[in-house]
Amino acid sequence: MTVQAMVPRMTEICGPDGVVTDPAELRTYECDGLTSHRAAPGLVVLPQTAEQIAAVVTECARAGVPFVARGSGTGLSGGALPRTDGVLIVTSRMRRIIAIDPVSQRAIVEPGVTNLSVSTAARPYGYFYAPDPSSQVICSVGGNVAENSGGAHCLKHGFTVHHVTGLQIVTPEGELAWLGDGTGAAPGYDLVGMFTGSEGTLGIVTKIVVRLTRIPQVITTLLAGFETTGAGGAAVSAIIGAGILPAAIEMMDALAIEAAEAAVACNYPAGAGAVLVVELDGPEADVRRDSAAVRALCQQAGSTEIREADDPAERAAIWAGRKSAFAAVGRISPAYLVQDGVVPRSALGEVLDKIAALAAASGIRVANVFHAGDGNLHPLVLYNDAVPGEEARAEEVSGAIVDLCIEHGGSITGEHGVGTDKSKYMTRMFTREDLDTMQLLRCAFDPAGLCNPGKIFPTPRLCGEVPGPHRGVHPLVESGLAEQF
Amino acid sequence: MSPASVPGSLARACRAVQPGGPRDAVAGLTPPWVASPADTGEASALLAAATEHGLAVVPRGSGTSVSWGVPPRRLDLVIDTLRLDRVIEHAAGDLVVRAQAGVTMSQLAGVLATARQQLALDVPAGSANGGQASSPTVGGVLATGSAGPRRLRYGTPRDLLIGITVIRPDGTVTKSGGKVVKNVAGYDLGKLYAGSHGTLGLITEAIFRLHPLPAATAFVTAGYADPAAAAQGVAAAAGSDLAPVAIEIDRPARDGLVRVAVLLEGDPAGISERASLMRGVLGAGTATLDAAPPWWGAGPGTSGPGAAGREGRTVIQIGFWAAALPGVLHAVDAAGRAAGLDPAVAGSAAAGVLHAAVPGSAAPEDVAGFLAGLRDRLARDLEPGFAGGEGPPARASAVVVRAPAAVRDLVDMWGPVPALSLMRALKEQFDPGHLMAPGRFAGGI
Repeated sequence: MTVQAMVPRMTEICGPDGVVTDPAELRTYECDGLTSHRAAPGLVVLPQTAEQIAAVVTECARAGVPFVARGSGTGLSGGALPRTDGVLIVTSRMRRIIAIDPVSQRAIVEPGVTNLSVSTAARPYGYFYAPDPSSQVICSVGGNVAENSGGAHCLKHGFTVHHVTGLQIVTPEGELAWLGDGTGAAPGYDLVGMFTGSEGTLGIVTKIVVRLTRIPQVITTLLAGFETTGAGGAAVSAIIGAGILPAAIEMMDALAIEAAEAAVACNYPAGAGAVLVVELDGPEADVRRDSAAVRALCQQAGSTEIREADDPAERAAIWAGRKSAFAAVGRISPAYLVQDGVVPRSALGEVLDKIAALAAASGIRVANVFHAGDGNLHPLVLYNDAVPGEEARAEEVSGAIVDLCIEHGGSITGEHGVGTDKSKYMTRMFTREDLDTMQLLRCAFDPAGLCNPGKIFPTPRLCGEVPGPHRGVHPLVESGLAEQF
Repeated sequence: MSPASVPGSLARACRAVQPGGPRDAVAGLTPPWVASPADTGEASALLAAATEHGLAVVPRGSGTSVSWGVPPRRLDLVIDTLRLDRVIEHAAGDLVVRAQAGVTMSQLAGVLATARQQLALDVPAGSANGGQASSPTVGGVLATGSAGPRRLRYGTPRDLLIGITVIRPDGTVTKSGGKVVKNVAGYDLGKLYAGSHGTLGLITEAIFRLHPLPAATAFVTAGYADPAAAAQGVAAAAGSDLAPVAIEIDRPARDGLVRVAVLLEGDPAGISERASLMRGVLGAGTATLDAAPPWWGAGPGTSGPGAAGREGRTVIQIGFWAAALPGVLHAVDAAGRAAGLDPAVAGSAAAGVLHAAVPGSAAPEDVAGFLAGLRDRLARDLEPGFAGGEGPPARASAVVVRAPAAVRDLVDMWGPVPALSLMRALKEQFDPGHLMAPGRFAGGI
């Protein structure tokens, strides 16, 4: 069945205002935050309940039509890239915070609820929702679950997977199921942990039980300027080596600082080659001791200037530069690529030097804004798409940075996900056997391969296929039940 | 392939293969063979041989939990991981350690302490088939998903695991995750293996994120005659901004005192002030201790950390939403009364994990009656209508961790499990021959 033929049934399920067929409107969904990959969806549905999603997926499964889920569309790896021959299921109308249970430190929310609004709702009880991706004002909790989103503060507080204890999902066959019971101690396999970060390939999240975290007694933010990223990196190592676990340690290099100054006049230390933003939270005595230690360690590492703020407005002023960095880089370059590679923290200095050498050799500028505490780089590879060949050179630099991360025992992605963007790098990090084993999971959940196909894995084996060299046409392909993605 | 060729096959795969004896029994079932691979290669060859001959396999570390749970449906080979005992890499600057599965938790703690670091899982020691108390292995802790009191702050093995090597039943060596903490490349299969009780493959290596050892610790204790007051104390401690790392309760008998203890970690200069503030939160009759009270993390019905006198007991793990603590204690009481039993209760109250224990002297029918009554009350009585019925249908569980054979024969050890059909589908994919610990897991997996 074609996707167009499904319109009447989809309208029955989601209502006339819950189905988008107008080509111009469909095009507004053609990409997520990764704008370099685009495909207008065959059809968009905007369900309002879990049951409607189940009914939509049931129809897709019956018709053999692929489907893709999308929250707010802020993902940076093309995880919500639609299929032209498929249905895009958008959860933006599912925005209820169903319950808050402060004593259990839990909330139950719908997938379209924005990340920040969970913290806003929990604040009167003294709690917040810890994972804080930069897009937290707009990104959805459902999308966070799909991507296992991180954020600046995951150094101490962990990722989405550490803060989700139960999920209601629609399976790729259209059934509603609860994974886990919200306790974090449910019997059986940890399906909640496994589903989180599966990038929408194992089903669609319809309700989420999240863990709430007590608002700390004290939060303080330090800003330290350094002459070089190497000196900043040494300070990071010294802080961690001293047994201090800050909530966040962020670094920006000269180019990123320049962009941020131009955009938001963040007034970072003049002439700094690098700045560190270190945030400490917890009981007051611990924060005071740690902040004194961090100051001393930064000075020893050659910091030229240190500022500290513990009231919310001043802290926000320090964060403004860091938070504006991505958008700000857009002002100093017509186009840029974002990488999300990770290296062991102790290799930061060496890898940054090599990135600088790559940039110098290729003539492509690279701005570095990153989560230094956990070695999660966000090199912004700047290029002018109007100059022929420059995009290709930028891609080359970008790929070389990924290789650097892998060479140093790191990862191709720390928090943005593999999605469409990085599936080509997966074989550099994992063996065929590793990828085949991951595929077993996919086959258990989605044997027909209809749920967000084409993401994460470069050339997935079809379910039921015997390991070994590919021979002939798979029976599912032959019979038209599946295609080789 | 004739059965006679099995010993030869195993011997070719691994140099250390021996006949199994009573001390190798897994929940009462004695394996014909026990193999101790020296490296990943031997372990892989062993599993390949097991698949070739259709041998049922149970992995074993220190053996501290082999007497737990449901016996395997069949058992041909125990794979002992104790020779996989190398701490491969401790990257102190990265707060990461890579260790083989047979490394014991105490061995690992010793290595990490030299850099004032820790793997923050305070799993208690156990004993193997009635032997001496011994430290569980990294692989065993992962496979059982075990965690101690500090799970409130640091979580369980799945939260600290960042990379894993697992040998699939056919001998294929596979990895997922890596050695950086922040990593979302590919499916995080470590989450699946953690707590899978050996039913999906053999864990041979793990990479964990570490934490600095705290500069100072303090325990604040309180006692309550009324369980409801104890529950209020627990909730107040958990809701305070004093950063408790663990909140434990211990109630040896139904009408006895409920003991509560809170662990604080942090700056030596600030911790005594924080402890005195915590005493204020907990109310009257409190004290601050430098060391853990004797019952801390020791499980229900014991005043010391040893395992003496615990054989033959039935231990039930109850998981619940922390706000339901009064209801859970009430459910234990009511089910205990109805069955003529007085179970001891202890555990991580604020994290929503308690254990209830019934002595080995109790009649198996009474233990079964208690379990049924408990499950019934947990399903029925805990805030029916919570979240307008939109939350998870079950918000508590009762799983039998260990029980004597006479009890095991009468009860469903795992009880109801959400999404069991998806778990079965996973098992089919990972272990189509049902060779890995068959029948040990939920729903007969």
